Amino acid sequence: MNRWLQWLFGRLPIGWLQLSHSRTRFAAAISGVAFANVLVFVQLGIMNSMATATLKPYEFFAADIMISASDANSMTEGGNVARQWLFQAQADPEVTLGTGIFVGNTSWPRPTKTLGLTSFGIDPTLPDFLSPVLKPKLATLQLNDSGILDMATRGLPREEAAAIRPQTPASFEVTGKTLTLYDTFQGGGGFGGDGYLIMSDQTFLSLFPARRSAAPDHILLKVAPGADPDVVSARLRDLVSDKSLRIRSYAQAKAEDLKYQQTKRPTGIIFGFGVIIGVLVGIVIVYQVLSTDVADHLSEYATFKAMGYPQTFFLGIVFEEALILAVFGFIPGVIVGTGLLAGMKKATNLPLAMTWDMAVIVLIGTLVACSLSGAIATRRLAAADPADLF
Amino acid sequence: MSEEFPIIVAGLNHWFGTGEARKQAIFDVDLKVARGSLTVLMGPSGSGKTTVLTLMGCLRDLQDGSINLLGHELMGAGNALNEALRRRLGFIFQAHNLHGSLTAMQNVQMGLQVHRLNDPEAEREAARHALSLLGLADRMDYLPANLSGGQKQRVAVARALVGNPDIVFADEPTAALDKESGLNVVAMLKKLGQKRGTTTVMVTHDNRILELADRIVTLEDGRIVSDRMVNSPV
Repeated sequence: MNRWLQWLFGRLPIGWLQLSHSRTRFAAAISGVAFANVLVFVQLGIMNSMATATLKPYEFFAADIMISASDANSMTEGGNVARQWLFQAQADPEVTLGTGIFVGNTSWPRPTKTLGLTSFGIDPTLPDFLSPVLKPKLATLQLNDSGILDMATRGLPREEAAAIRPQTPASFEVTGKTLTLYDTFQGGGGFGGDGYLIMSDQTFLSLFPARRSAAPDHILLKVAPGADPDVVSARLRDLVSDKSLRIRSYAQAKAEDLKYQQTKRPTGIIFGFGVIIGVLVGIVIVYQVLSTDVADHLSEYATFKAMGYPQTFFLGIVFEEALILAVFGFIPGVIVGTGLLAGMKKATNLPLAMTWDMAVIVLIGTLVACSLSGAIATRRLAAADPADLF
Repeated sequence: MSEEFPIIVAGLNHWFGTGEARKQAIFDVDLKVARGSLTVLMGPSGSGKTTVLTLMGCLRDLQDGSINLLGHELMGAGNALNEALRRRLGFIFQAHNLHGSLTAMQNVQMGLQVHRLNDPEAEREAARHALSLLGLADRMDYLPANLSGGQKQRVAVARALVGNPDIVFADEPTAALDKESGLNVVAMLKKLGQKRGTTTVMVTHDNRILELADRIVTLEDGRIVSDRMVNSPV
């Protein structure tokens, strides 16, 4: 290690030698950085999971433009949209197809727990609005009072979910009516419910008698091949009489939903702060380690100053230490973080996972944070006065 | 001139403190130190000998007067010049000031790495040689914590000398050494003066080594009160 670092730095690896000389302190410092890394990984993992879960419902459908109520910040929130706007939108020459989707919550009482299912109703006669995952299950959707269940529904044993087939359906009562699940699809547990349920709009309306077919939750539109959904959306905003409606391309709706979840919803803000706190904890820990280390070696540094070593040499030592702490702290941090996220995923069925981009971002963030701590700690170097040595 | 006299001090005054607490420590000191000589600064505690040493060694900024060190005026010298000059000096401190995380060999290597030779093997070889000369061949890989006080001091001497400095400034270099080791170290400095022309300025209270000095300068209350040539340097 010494030889390799000496080759790397072109000098004796003083920082490494100093850190590794006091093994207990080194271990404590690494633990501190690793702890900060784990904090950040968990918060980022949850934030990523929230983003994945937020965008998940959009994956069930295929559309170019979405029209929503003014208060509909996400796919599952907000008021209804009058169907008349669908007809008005279809007056645009580049809008080729339109449909309404309905969103509600269905409860499936189970022996140990009642499962909350975020339910979508869509017109099964318009398969173009179904994602490639759901399109093959069109025949099932067309059956009365039938539904397709999210395979990853939290609280539903995997083998039980896998057993739901057209030959071996599962049924339960919803508002006095029997809903039969004939098939499953790969969804993914979200933060708002235990899983997802897809059904036809007619089945939805029969299960939710208070809802009206003339007032879906969102309107989905398809545009002509080659048409730009953003351009058409802008035109529709002029065309449709209700100016309070949110008329956006499907991609923009997804992006705005994600931004809303991350910056406006308490959960997003809390996890965002969690990341900041993790970074701050890391900076403080590394600063403490480095500044104590500088203070402990002031007489040695003063000696080196007397020998003619320039200031850049001392800065190099401090940054060398900072980078060593960052790398050595990151390794256990990423291992523990991966394990924790896997454990949390098993417990919650949320889409929690360590991703390469997350690991790279945290590594870069750790290097930057440690360098920042090092930069602050270098202020103490000024106290190393070679004249004090005599 | 600098070839013959690497240190020329003229009209040197120095103060410590500010305002009413400001106190003059050095009064109008003039000194010309010949190349290759071993000059001993003596005097009671507080007489100003260490202050003069640190001023000559570019470790303090000059306030009044002049010091010409190796042909460079130190009055108003910037960091870059001070650092460049320090690289041509060797310092032996009363406290060894070895780096506790580095082995004896690595501590000595630090005396070479400042010159950026970028030849680790040559550095190690030179360090090995310097430590062997000081009787530490079997202690090269020891950390300072595992060395005796005398051994640490000899490592510090090796570190100061391994870079072939033009001038060695030493503050009580023999304080931690037994009589034989102390004399050996000073004899080595003396030999360096004769062979390589290395100039040594040493602060000491150790009467045992005075017989090796070429010149003895005595300070009292910041003034030179005696300046005796006792040997003629080569």
